[in-house]
Order: sequence, then structure tokens, then C-alpha cells
Amino acid sequence: MAAAQRSIDMGTGLFVLLGFAALGFLTTQLPGSGLQLHEARDSYNVLAKFDNIGGLKVGAPVSMAGVNIGRVSAIQLDTSEYKAAVTLSIERSFARIPEDSDAEIETSGLLGANYVSITAGGSDKFLHAASQVQFTQAAMVLENLINKFFANSAGKQGGAQ
Amino acid sequence: MSASAARGQAIRSNLIKIGAVTRFLLRVLGQALPALSRPRLLIEQIYNAGARSLVIIMLCGLFVGMVLGLQGYDLLARFGSESALGVAAALGLIRELGPVLTALLFAGRAGTALASEIGLMRATDQLTAMEMMAVDPVRYVVAPRFLGGFIAMPLLTAIFDCIGIYGTQLIGVVMMRIPTGTFWSQTVNAVELRDIREGVIKSLVFGLACSLIAVYEGYYAEPTAEGVGLATTRTVVTSAVMVLMLDYVLTAAFL
Repeated sequence: MAAAQRSIDMGTGLFVLLGFAALGFLTTQLPGSGLQLHEARDSYNVLAKFDNIGGLKVGAPVSMAGVNIGRVSAIQLDTSEYKAAVTLSIERSFARIPEDSDAEIETSGLLGANYVSITAGGSDKFLHAASQVQFTQAAMVLENLINKFFANSAGKQGGAQ
Repeated sequence: MSASAARGQAIRSNLIKIGAVTRFLLRVLGQALPALSRPRLLIEQIYNAGARSLVIIMLCGLFVGMVLGLQGYDLLARFGSESALGVAAALGLIRELGPVLTALLFAGRAGTALASEIGLMRATDQLTAMEMMAVDPVRYVVAPRFLGGFIAMPLLTAIFDCIGIYGTQLIGVVMMRIPTGTFWSQTVNAVELRDIREGVIKSLVFGLACSLIAVYEGYYAEPTAEGVGLATTRTVVTSAVMVLMLDYVLTAAFL
């Protein structure tokens, strides 16, 4: 009797433990806003200032030639220049990125999520922790482009009249 | 004349049933605290409703996740956005499929067991015997079973979600060669705490509904072999309909 009771307790314990582990995973690991355990991987932070970051979010990938090399770890507004200060957390194994590299915000696919793409420069000095990317290119906001296009074509029509 | 009278009769009996279920729910909830003070009974029921449903939940979760992976990949590849597979599967599982499918499986696996167990107690006069000894069967039989199901459901749903996402990852990353980093970073980017909250609230509501229906049908089962069978069938049918209807209401409320 006691042994049967104990096995029930053990089964229940296992089930409850598994359930709460799953709930814990869902609430802390899955949402981008949750605390990330795998963040602890060895990486260094580089700052990049953009005129406009479009829909870039914290946690977005940072890639170089299409290869994922890190992620966006923080986005803040720099109130002295009124630019977006984006902290890029790049893995230690990609330490040899030329200092004069260019950071650009791109969109994966036509309507996909934004990510930061880094194009290598020619310098033989490399980016290190707390250094800033010199050259940046703002996000291309599709709506603005469409607006401009229509404004242009409307202007041309007006000139022809 | 007689047709409208029959319709009136049907409406009245349905109203009576809704009223009876509500009264039964209040009665069970009133006995919930005393049931909590007897953890032995409660643990046994969490074991019955939860731990014994674990294998079927995990197996189904894995296959649902893998099917989502295959279908999602095929669909998304047409738009060149296979990398969004993780997002589509994770959001679909967390917000919709996890709670709903877990509730349906729960009704089939645990709900029927509850209804037939209580129904058989009714049929063999065990409940009547308890009443004659001035022991409230709602307190010692119904409330622990109801609470056990109510507690087990969100945990089962969370397990279903995790296994499902793992199944999608198996198809997407291992079979279709989506880069692991892209898969997970896109998923982590898109899932918000709000989505998880929606899933958990849904599973709590479904847990309440399924457990209540099961214990109600069992408790008021016709005390015959046929009656117990009927109660079991009604449990599954009513639970499935209620879960899908409640799901619509909850989804509309959350969007």
C-alpha cells in the first residue's frame, strides 16, 4: 500500500515538475522580452547609431555576408544626436571585423523581419568591445519609398500640365 | 401546437440543465477548499488526470509539431520565407493548437475515466452509501477529481507546446535544413509574453470546463450500465463542443 502510494507520489511529482519546467521554458526562454540563458555565450558589444531603425527589435540577428554572427542586445534613443543607439552583441569567435565596416538594417524577404547586416571594410584594425561602428545606413522603410514614388509621379504629372 | 409545445419543453429542459450545471459548479467550488486540505486525495487525482495522460500528450504534441513543420515549410517556401516556420508553429501551438488539442485529448483520456468512475460509483450505490453515512460525496469524490483536472490541464498544455515546438524544430532544422540560429532567433523575436498568457488562460478555462462536464455527467449518470456508458459518451461530445465554442469566444476576446 505504502509502496503504491509512493509510486503515485513519484509519478505526480514527475508530472508537476515537467509541467512547470515547460511553463518556465515558455514564459522565460521563448519570448524575446524574457531572460535568455544562452545569452551568456562569450560575446562582445559594439555600438552602432542609425538615423532610423524601422522595425528592428531587440533580439534581431546580426549577420555578415548572410552568416549569423550575433544579435541586437539593446536599442536606445541617443537624445544628443536624436539617433537610435543599437548595441550589437557579436560572438567572440567573430572578433576580426574591420573597424571601418558598414552596418546596415535590412529586411529578410520583402515583408520579413529586420536584421542588421555588416559589410566588411578594408581596415586592418578590428572592432573591439565598446567600439562604435562608423558607417551606418538607416532602414529602408517600404512605406516611405512608396509614398515618395507616388509623390514623384504626381509631381511629374503636375509639371506636364 | 404540439410542435411548439415540444420546442418549449426542449428549451425548458436545456435551461434546467444549464442551471443544474451552474449549481453543481458552485457546490464543487464550495468544497474545493476542504478538498485542498486533503492533499492525499488531490495528489491521487492529479496523478490520474495528469501523469497518466502524459504519454499520449507528448506523443500527440510531437506529431502535431512535426505535421506543422511539414505543412508550414511547404506553404512558407512558396513565399520564400521558410525562416518564419518557427514563428508560425510556435504561435499556432501556444495560442491555439496547444490548449485546444490538449483539452480534446484530456476529455477523451481523463474526462471519460472520471465520468465512468463516478458514474459507476453512482450505479453501485457507493455515492448513496456515503450520503447515508452523512459523508458528502461532492467533498470526497467530486471536488478532488475536479481540482485534479483543473490543475493538470495548464501543465499538460505547456508540455504539449514544448514538445510540439521541438517536433517542428526536428522537421525544420534537421530535415529541411533551416539554420538553427535563424529558426530560434525568429521564434524568440516573435513570441511575446502576451501569447503565452493567452494560451495559459485558455487552458485554465478549458480545464475548468472539461473537468466540470466530466464530474457532472458522472455524478448525475443514470445508475445503470447503459447510463454510465451514455454519461461517458456525453462527456466527450459536450467537452469537445464546449472547448471549441469557448475557444472562439476567448480568441475573439484576446485579439
